[in-house]
Amino acid sequence: MYDFELQKPTSVAEAVAALADGSAQALAGGQTLIPTMKQRLADPGTLVSLMAIPALQGVAMTSSGLSIGATTTHAVVALSALAHYPALAALAGQIGDPAVRNRGTIGGSIANNDPSACYPAAILASNAVIVTNAREIAADDYFQGMFATALEEGEIVTAVRFPIPLQAAYVKFPQPASRFALVGAFVARFEDGVRVAVTGASNNGAFRWNAAETALSADFIVQALAGLVLPADDMIADLHGSAEYRAHLCAVMLKRAVLAA
Amino acid sequence: MKTVTMRVNGKLVSAPTEGRTLLVEYLREGLRLTGTHVGCDTSQCGACVVHVNGLAVKSCTIFAQELEGAEVLTIEGMANSDGSLGVIQQAFQDYHGLQCGFCTPGMVMSAAALLAENPTPSEAEVRQYLEGNLCRCTGYHNIVKAILAASGQAVAAE
Repeated sequence: MYDFELQKPTSVAEAVAALADGSAQALAGGQTLIPTMKQRLADPGTLVSLMAIPALQGVAMTSSGLSIGATTTHAVVALSALAHYPALAALAGQIGDPAVRNRGTIGGSIANNDPSACYPAAILASNAVIVTNAREIAADDYFQGMFATALEEGEIVTAVRFPIPLQAAYVKFPQPASRFALVGAFVARFEDGVRVAVTGASNNGAFRWNAAETALSADFIVQALAGLVLPADDMIADLHGSAEYRAHLCAVMLKRAVLAA
Repeated sequence: MKTVTMRVNGKLVSAPTEGRTLLVEYLREGLRLTGTHVGCDTSQCGACVVHVNGLAVKSCTIFAQELEGAEVLTIEGMANSDGSLGVIQQAFQDYHGLQCGFCTPGMVMSAAALLAENPTPSEAEVRQYLEGNLCRCTGYHNIVKAILAASGQAVAAE
């Protein structure tokens, strides 16, 4: 790993100022960024750690939903969200392994937007709002393809706000070596309809499955999904599974999620 | 170089660091505490697991400079004060929970974190909790038995 200067601001304003330097990059839990830097795929001159900023930590129930601070770790979400949004807590409790969950954060996960990460599925299906130092971004506008987001240069995710659905579940088929989702499906039923998001499958990152949403909004039972097939055209194909296999898994994972919701 | 001070296994310690110095390098090279191992260096294998402020983390994937003032527990802090093996370590010996021993420091630290969280885990819970710790010798069975025994639960005889 190339050397860099580590800064540890204690407020969002200080972090934003530190990131104004073009060679600076934000560091949250580092569970992806540090391995990336070891491979010399990233070479920031300055790393601005967000982990010492108290305003970015913690889980709170508000009138507009469950607000999760950007540097809240997966382990804390698994515990603290349990009473408010059990499907989200369960998702957080299945990311990586216990040691990774004690360090990895929701903000880091969605700023990176790995196409196989779990949180993007929950955020899209829940119609969550991504709060940054500058603005609020709707989930549907935030994710812009593999490792691409609506974040501007130097913009920091400060929190994610989740509306609470009436019913929800996330089921993933873990890739056993990395424990990322080979395919994961999140289903959330709200009063005005059902939202479905799938991660791990598409070359464009997590996506909403509109046909499944329409079918489940009409009737929230697993039989409503009978015969529904996703085209394999844009699916990821690698040594872990072909595009057709992933397309097939999308329906299997979604059916399991509907049964679990 | 910045000097970073932490409390490691109850002792206040300091060592010089660069920005890129990982906690495991701080421990092994700065403090010469070589019980914590580097297996994969890609946060997959868990040989480097230590506790930071009471939580198990992979010391190959966290920077030392983020841990000024932290409370760190390593495998060197797991023995009893008279130098005899701690309960988990003794159980690993009794149940042959190691062969080459390379993964053992991480296994013991993960086991300690599990038992702190869940004092009487089921076999399935032990296996689930160890999913971030790889062992290439034992096939895991004796590690799981050792952890169940360390929790005071009965373990089926061979």
